Amino acid sequence: MRSWFKSGAPWIWINASAVSISLLAVFGLLTLIAIRGLGFFWPGDVVAMDYKEKNGQTTHLIGEVWDTEQVKTEVLRANGFDMPQDKLFVTRHVLKVGNRDAYGVDFQLILQPHILKQEQPKDLLVVVRREWGNFYGYLQQVKENGQVVATGSATAWQEFEPRLQRAVALYDQIKHIEKSSIGVINAKQEKLRLQQRRYELNNVLTPDHQAELDAERSELTNERVVFEKQLTDLYNQIKRDSFTATIQDGRVIEIPFSKVVKAYQPNAMNVFSKSWMYLANVWEFISDEPREANTEGGIFPAIFGTVMMVLIMAVLVTPLGVIAAVYLREYAKQGAMTRIIRIAVNNLAGVPSIVYGVFGLGFFVYIVGGSIDSLLYPEAAPAPVFGTPGIMWASLTLAIMTLPVVIVATEEGLSRIPRSIREGSLALGATKFETLWRTVIPMASPAIMTGLILAVARAAGEVAPLMLVGVVKLAPSLPLDSVTPFIHLDRKFMHLGFHIYDVGFQSPNVEAARPLVYATSLLLVLVILFLNLAAIRIRNHLREKYRALEG
Amino acid sequence: MTTTATDTPRTHGVNISSLNREFDQTRLEDEQVALQVENLNLFYGKAQALHGVNMVIPRNRVTAFIGPSGCGKSTLLRCFNRMNDLVDGCRIDGKIRLGAQDIYEKRVNVAQLRSRVGMVFQKPNPFPKTIYENVAYGLRIQGVRDKRRLDEAVEKALRSAALWDEAKDRLHDNALGLSGGQQQRLVIARAIAIGPEVLLLDEPASALDPISTLKIEELIYELKENYTLIIVTHNMQQAARVSDYTAFMYLGKLIEFADTNTLFTNPDMKQTEDYITGRYG
Repeated sequence: MRSWFKSGAPWIWINASAVSISLLAVFGLLTLIAIRGLGFFWPGDVVAMDYKEKNGQTTHLIGEVWDTEQVKTEVLRANGFDMPQDKLFVTRHVLKVGNRDAYGVDFQLILQPHILKQEQPKDLLVVVRREWGNFYGYLQQVKENGQVVATGSATAWQEFEPRLQRAVALYDQIKHIEKSSIGVINAKQEKLRLQQRRYELNNVLTPDHQAELDAERSELTNERVVFEKQLTDLYNQIKRDSFTATIQDGRVIEIPFSKVVKAYQPNAMNVFSKSWMYLANVWEFISDEPREANTEGGIFPAIFGTVMMVLIMAVLVTPLGVIAAVYLREYAKQGAMTRIIRIAVNNLAGVPSIVYGVFGLGFFVYIVGGSIDSLLYPEAAPAPVFGTPGIMWASLTLAIMTLPVVIVATEEGLSRIPRSIREGSLALGATKFETLWRTVIPMASPAIMTGLILAVARAAGEVAPLMLVGVVKLAPSLPLDSVTPFIHLDRKFMHLGFHIYDVGFQSPNVEAARPLVYATSLLLVLVILFLNLAAIRIRNHLREKYRALEG
Repeated sequence: MTTTATDTPRTHGVNISSLNREFDQTRLEDEQVALQVENLNLFYGKAQALHGVNMVIPRNRVTAFIGPSGCGKSTLLRCFNRMNDLVDGCRIDGKIRLGAQDIYEKRVNVAQLRSRVGMVFQKPNPFPKTIYENVAYGLRIQGVRDKRRLDEAVEKALRSAALWDEAKDRLHDNALGLSGGQQQRLVIARAIAIGPEVLLLDEPASALDPISTLKIEELIYELKENYTLIIVTHNMQQAARVSDYTAFMYLGKLIEFADTNTLFTNPDMKQTEDYITGRYG
């Protein structure tokens, strides 16, 4: 036994188990999130059942089985349910019945023993709507301008699909005109207003200027009238069609096609069409904008905002950190002062991120942003331009937060460049600056990239400070678009981390949104992974290029 | 700024005992002077590493510094291109003249000085760049951009360093792929590409195998036609083989400086004799 200990075998076992536990933790986490998140996009079967309520009445229910759990019969009995004596547990389902407009709730709890009859009718229709969540029911009629054009599930379905496609196409046109065309006009009008205000503030608003501005304004108004006419036209067209369907309690509900995102009959679909739909759903999630207080639709703006913020942060933090580290390591006289600075830098890395958020709000947003506004944008007052949280300030705040990581990593890298290389360069008549610039810093670049990787990993997952300096629940427009100056650093943005918090805890329909929380988490992890892999690739390339003298 | 025969004194007031001797070949007094060291003292903090060194380095000759470890021969070598400036707490008084210029004067541009006095270190230290870029480094520092000029200079330097035949097909490969001996010759090529007047070699062959050492020694022999060489070496046979003049140093003092033959066969000083016969060191 003693010799077994001496041999070092137990030590190796401990090491190996530590590694296995770490790996298990990582993969367990990813697997859980992936299963919970990715299952959401599968178009599940919809069941129709006759169900005995607590009071003995029989009702007809339609919905998707959302979750299943085991409940103690004892508890149920205490709540007045009639339960068989010989069972300790019964199965309870959470049924998503949808139709929030009709019932007020999305979910219903179903006890397995109380299900009298259960089936999966092929003609059950699921409609994903722009408002009020999903609709479940049996298709009855399709109407055009209020006139019935098809009756009965099968014939109505024939009419249904082309009309839905038409409505969706019209809806996209409407969105495009509202967002792009009219958005550009609005931006131009705002510019004119600011121009006029600038003239007024400088007391140079001559009649000439006024006439010029008025002319441009009337031109814009004309353009707007054209677009608005198009819009009215489109709205009239999209209103044309509607359909009626029976819901679980027998009521017939009429829904205009303009409110429908998509519709399908899951029970009639085979595995292939379901898989196709699954991929379409995933794509929609990644590429679309959110709907319904973020609980439905996609999260593209959040992905975009996260990546853009991290990239801006990287662009800001790298030069700052590298320059600071170069000064500390190469130029500053090593002594008590540099030691104090190093301690300060290291402690800065331990400051809670929310503190950085408060600092960012107080310093960047109010002081710096406020000064920029009063100096450069006096005409916009009292509306702030940079004196309000935005992506620029969020990136800067995170850059300050991750600065210590970059400084420490760069210093580490600089200290590893052998003295002989520096002397070699100096002996060839290079100045210290030329030596740093041409040889030392390129050779330290893999270490700089390592610092950047750590910085990106920390910044991309940070939420708390962002809530103070620029993240919002729903940003009306991306910080990058086709309106000059293209990159709008003053705009607020959406972020995956904040999105998770918002959807998971702040949304009106937490239960319905829960799978989205998992899916968004998975995406956040993937985005960070992607950013990191990109940085690691660059680092490995640099390492290969500047393979230092080993041995 | 090259030192020519006309403006250089052939005699100098340096009092070194060996200068009074008769030489077999040339007399040190008859040589042209490349570098002249006057009463050089060097301190690392409080410790004095060089004590009142006076000597002349003859032009287009190979001068070797020998002596036991820690005797200050590398320190003295690094004084010639002011490499000691990089060491914290290093203080120097005395003069070193390159031509007419005292290199320790305030207004001397150190970077420019180092382009006139090249240096090769003990361990090959090529940059992690291509062979071509290593040789072109010094020229690029001097602002040479013209591709043709660079090409010519690289080829010339590599030929002078006897590396051209081995390297011409892999000019754009990483220099770290070369062998140790090739790397050292590359470093020499890099140093001579910028056309220095003096080349300092700090134990250039001590990290190399015998064949590479031989090649470096042959190279030194050829280079002296165009450059003044100063070589620090641990290896007395090497000093005897490659150098024209040899300086023996001990405990920071220059003990004896003479032409190599004399120093090794008939040294003046007892300490020199003890060292070269292997009694210490």
